[in-house]
Amino acid sequence: MNPKIQQFQCGLKDGVPIGLGYLAVSFTFGIMAKKAGIHTLAAVIMSLTNLTSAGQFAALGVIQSGAPFVEMAAVQFIINLRYCLMSCSLSQKMDSKMPFFHRFLISYGVTDEVFGVSACRPENLSPFYAYGLISVAVPGWTFGTLLGAISGDLLPARLLSALSVALYGMFLAIVIPPARGSRILAGVVAASMAASFLFSVIPMLNGISSGFKVIILTVVIAGVAAFLFPVKEEREGGQAQ
Amino acid sequence: MNRIYLYILVMAGVTYLIRMLPLTLIRKEIKNTYVKSFLYYVPYVTLSVMIFPAILTATESVISGAVALVTAAVLAYRGKSLFHVSTAACVAVFLLELALDFFGG
Repeated sequence: MNPKIQQFQCGLKDGVPIGLGYLAVSFTFGIMAKKAGIHTLAAVIMSLTNLTSAGQFAALGVIQSGAPFVEMAAVQFIINLRYCLMSCSLSQKMDSKMPFFHRFLISYGVTDEVFGVSACRPENLSPFYAYGLISVAVPGWTFGTLLGAISGDLLPARLLSALSVALYGMFLAIVIPPARGSRILAGVVAASMAASFLFSVIPMLNGISSGFKVIILTVVIAGVAAFLFPVKEEREGGQAQ
Repeated sequence: MNRIYLYILVMAGVTYLIRMLPLTLIRKEIKNTYVKSFLYYVPYVTLSVMIFPAILTATESVISGAVALVTAAVLAYRGKSLFHVSTAACVAVFLLELALDFFGG
């Protein structure tokens, strides 16, 4: 079979948990957007063009308060700056000859989840794999928003509660297998979770927004890990020794 | 009324630029070992930070969140696919909350 189609299909398959998880989260977003007085069409367009959870939830407050556009830009910049780190990491998974139009298209879909799945693959990232993921993620996110905005009662609360762990389950399926084969990665994963927990309970630190918490902890922990355990071999192995 | 679409345009523009600039500006393989190692560790740290403790508060009760965490962790450790791990966590939450409602009222 054509390897491009194969990669695309593989992406579609891995995208299913992303789509399901997004359905649950964006459903809630749709309900909240409606409550904030935002038209259904506007909420759906926002989801389709932004494809970001924390940024969109924060935007509701900004829009309701009628804040200046500069404030909206600043809020989005701070909350979504973590994508910059993710894109930097992802740039190293791409063939240096990959044409610009692929890079422009993939950029649209760099969410926490698409990044997580793509970055932890052992081989280089095929644009077609990314398109497969995005082809499931975007409808999940957009359609969920629509459903939530139209009728908050359409999905029972229990189903919504169950679907909301889909993304976390997927994250665990990404980080645990490589951590099993490498003590260093296992340590990095454990330290990250412990630090994240501390940030949520220590009074001074728990006021930090989730986007900023991700940035601070990533820079510190990945920075220390890279200093203590530099990855020596070529990327093909995909494992830190 | 149209102000909302201007807000959306600003949001989408800022968010897209943040995602796009590194992917288009960094086209060569980075040779520096430290930077390379740092970028290698980035996804593991970001995902781990996002998982815990957020998974505990994602569902209707901390108990079902904890059960989802354990279920997913065990299956992931056994090398099950993304889809398998993810759906098993959802099913575990669904069944447990059903049981809690039934018995606990």
